[in-house]
Amino acid sequence: MADVAPPEVRPKPVVPAKPPHVAPPPIPSHPAPPSGPAVQRSGGSTLLGYIGIDTIIEQMKKKTVKTGFDFNMMVVGQSGLGKSTLVNTLFKSQVSRKCSEWGREDKIPKTVEIKAVSHVIEEGGVKMKLTITDTPGFGDQINNDNCWEPISKFINEQYEKFLKEEVNIARKKRIPDTRVHCCLYFIAPTGHSLRPLDIEFMKHLSGSVNLIPVIAKSDTLTPEEKFEFKQRVRKELEVCGIEFYPQKEFDDDMEDKSDNDKIREVMPFAVVGSDKEYQVNGKRVLGRKTAWGIVEVENLNHCEFSLLRDFIIRSHLQDLKEVTHNIHYETYRAKRLNDNGGLHPISTAVDTHESNL
Amino acid sequence: MSKITNDIVSKYQESDFSAHQLSNLSIDDPEDAELAYTMRDMPPRVVHTFPRDIPVKEGSSRPHTPGTPTRGSSSMGRSYLESEPEGLRRSQLSSMSSLDSSVSPSRSKSPWGRFDPYDSAEDQDKEYVGFATLPNQVHRKSVKKGFAFTLMVAGESGLGKSTLVNSLFLTDLYKDRKVLNAEERIIQTVQITKHTVSIEEKGVRLRLTIVDTPGFGDAVNNTESWKAVEDYIDQQFEQFFRDESGLNRKNIQDNRVHCCLYFISPYGHGLRPLDIEFMRALHGKVNIVPVLAKADSLTPAEIRRKKIKIREEIERFGIHIYQFPDCDSDEDEDFKHQDRELKESIPFAVIGSNMLFESKGRRFRGRMYPWGVVEVENPAHSDFLKLRNMLVRTHMQDLKEVTRETHYENYRAQCIENMTRMVVTERKRSLCSRLRESSSDLPIPLAPVDSETERHIWEKDEELRRMQEVMQRIQEQMQLTHKDGF
Repeated sequence: MADVAPPEVRPKPVVPAKPPHVAPPPIPSHPAPPSGPAVQRSGGSTLLGYIGIDTIIEQMKKKTVKTGFDFNMMVVGQSGLGKSTLVNTLFKSQVSRKCSEWGREDKIPKTVEIKAVSHVIEEGGVKMKLTITDTPGFGDQINNDNCWEPISKFINEQYEKFLKEEVNIARKKRIPDTRVHCCLYFIAPTGHSLRPLDIEFMKHLSGSVNLIPVIAKSDTLTPEEKFEFKQRVRKELEVCGIEFYPQKEFDDDMEDKSDNDKIREVMPFAVVGSDKEYQVNGKRVLGRKTAWGIVEVENLNHCEFSLLRDFIIRSHLQDLKEVTHNIHYETYRAKRLNDNGGLHPISTAVDTHESNL
Repeated sequence: MSKITNDIVSKYQESDFSAHQLSNLSIDDPEDAELAYTMRDMPPRVVHTFPRDIPVKEGSSRPHTPGTPTRGSSSMGRSYLESEPEGLRRSQLSSMSSLDSSVSPSRSKSPWGRFDPYDSAEDQDKEYVGFATLPNQVHRKSVKKGFAFTLMVAGESGLGKSTLVNSLFLTDLYKDRKVLNAEERIIQTVQITKHTVSIEEKGVRLRLTIVDTPGFGDAVNNTESWKAVEDYIDQQFEQFFRDESGLNRKNIQDNRVHCCLYFISPYGHGLRPLDIEFMRALHGKVNIVPVLAKADSLTPAEIRRKKIKIREEIERFGIHIYQFPDCDSDEDEDFKHQDRELKESIPFAVIGSNMLFESKGRRFRGRMYPWGVVEVENPAHSDFLKLRNMLVRTHMQDLKEVTRETHYENYRAQCIENMTRMVVTERKRSLCSRLRESSSDLPIPLAPVDSETERHIWEKDEELRRMQEVMQRIQEQMQLTHKDGF
């Protein structure tokens, strides 16, 4: 279902394509003689010796390390739900908007603003350009009608920018990818159910971006309350037809489906963020210290932050980008091309090239 | 807890009345002296000086046997009131004739038990009229009548309002509540619900009414969502106003809202626009006590920061929350310290819970987390105790008074002003209409003259009113300087 374009036609080192007919070997560390299943998969022709096709993984890895890659995340939620703290905790560095401004600017803006901050993080030789987009002012006013519109507009603008670059005659070797790959939506831990505002937002945006709902500041809820709240939230999302990431319809195969099902059972993740460290049992852990105990952020009994982090960064980072590119962007592109019967530049970005198809 | 004190009632049922049983009429624990708080005029320390065991002599001091159990206290009261002046007369005589310097037999007949302000040894020889027992009489009457208190809780849903109310009053008012899901809440508007419960503790009855505001702050567009609350409060004032001006004023039910607990979300950075608007709209109509909800999600440092921020914002936006009355300068340091602490705890950071736990032999209400257990009534964990003490033990009467004297009076003054203004405009309008009619009949321009004089009269009225105001102001000033003069 996910149409993967072969690497030659669309040079996008950002999204290394999966080679179609080779089952990825577990550790591409040495060109060992091919194992049985790999040979059988290639449609019946048995290989008489080792070719070395599987080294493509190594090559891709080298290329990625050289070029680095982009990841754009957006955080949405009412003010005070711990969005910036959570992002800082996720990427273990001060990457959120609050730290790049001169002080804690806590005034609530009158309209929803979009503020993006970029940082380059490096780990194990791999460079990642991380962009966090914050949305201060969302849901904070007395009248919150259509407060999702600026956000929706922003997301579509990024798609539009990319589309424009793509259809240029002389286009860049590597199109800068500012599209939002993942949108974390912060749900207030009321313990009852979702708010009307939450539902409205998610309804309008689950079709254009990968939406990951999280329960913010979940140290307010006892384990029983957490469980009940999650069940209610999941039910409501289902009733309203809101598909959050990982979307059921994009599961490639049974393996994916079972993995993702397991994750979907636990979502929305109940998280706690913190940038302070405390000593617990001789170890230094990130946590929050209260008069009755210390909430450990990375302790699975306390909250599900580790699950969220592993999910976003360690297992599904690439998938997030792929789904954004192959599904959401394609949907937008198809709509745009169909609507106008050709590509007319729309009002947003600066037009340097008139493009024609 | 709050249950009928059966022991006192059962004792009444016995027709034979011994001295021992009589002493049970009076409240025997020092902490029951807090009952005195129900009447603000009676400071607690006066009670503490009373000797614990009143030597109640039997025999002649028991002229009447009590009637039915529930009426026991009243009949007792009546009987002793009758005997009291007699006893006093005798004591006066005895002191005048200086016969007995020891405790005269009339002292034992005091119906006030340990509350009797004349029972200390040094008062035996002096002459007293005896009206220092007036507070006791008021106390008795009020206890008989019972008390009523209306508390309103307001705030977004999910902030723990119902749980806190249940924890505060140790009841379960919200048993059959149905929490709406988000879809249903999209179309719901703000409603006002009322729950009334009668609780009794140590012979004192309290009719507690909790007014809830489900739906407030939940919608996407919350403009004017406080209107329903404002209207409700005004309605209660109007009802009372009408009852007061009616013919039968004996049994007026007081449904006016005495206190509004406003729940501030712990997740925001201080007050939200909705909070500010709500409090500004209602601070002139009801005593607002801001409360920081679900405080167990905050670390102590965060709580401190938030409190300071919220207090600062309250001042900045000119919101008049309920002010605790200042303690008199002659109170002791301990009391003053407590008072100061109370004032600095606004908004109260509270936690509520409906679940009981047991640890180290004692039971407590709390919340169990994987990292620890929060105790609701532990002052190190939250300000719940402070709030409960303030609300019930120390300031309930003051809240009612402020409602009566300030908010209700404001409403009443406004109402009357509106009425008179309407009457004046009506008069002028009817005059004009009459004018218009009459001008057609009369050829002589009598009518304009008429209106002229009317206008003149009205102007003179206004001037008179203005002068009255000025005089009032001068009087107040004089009073102030008079006071300062001492």
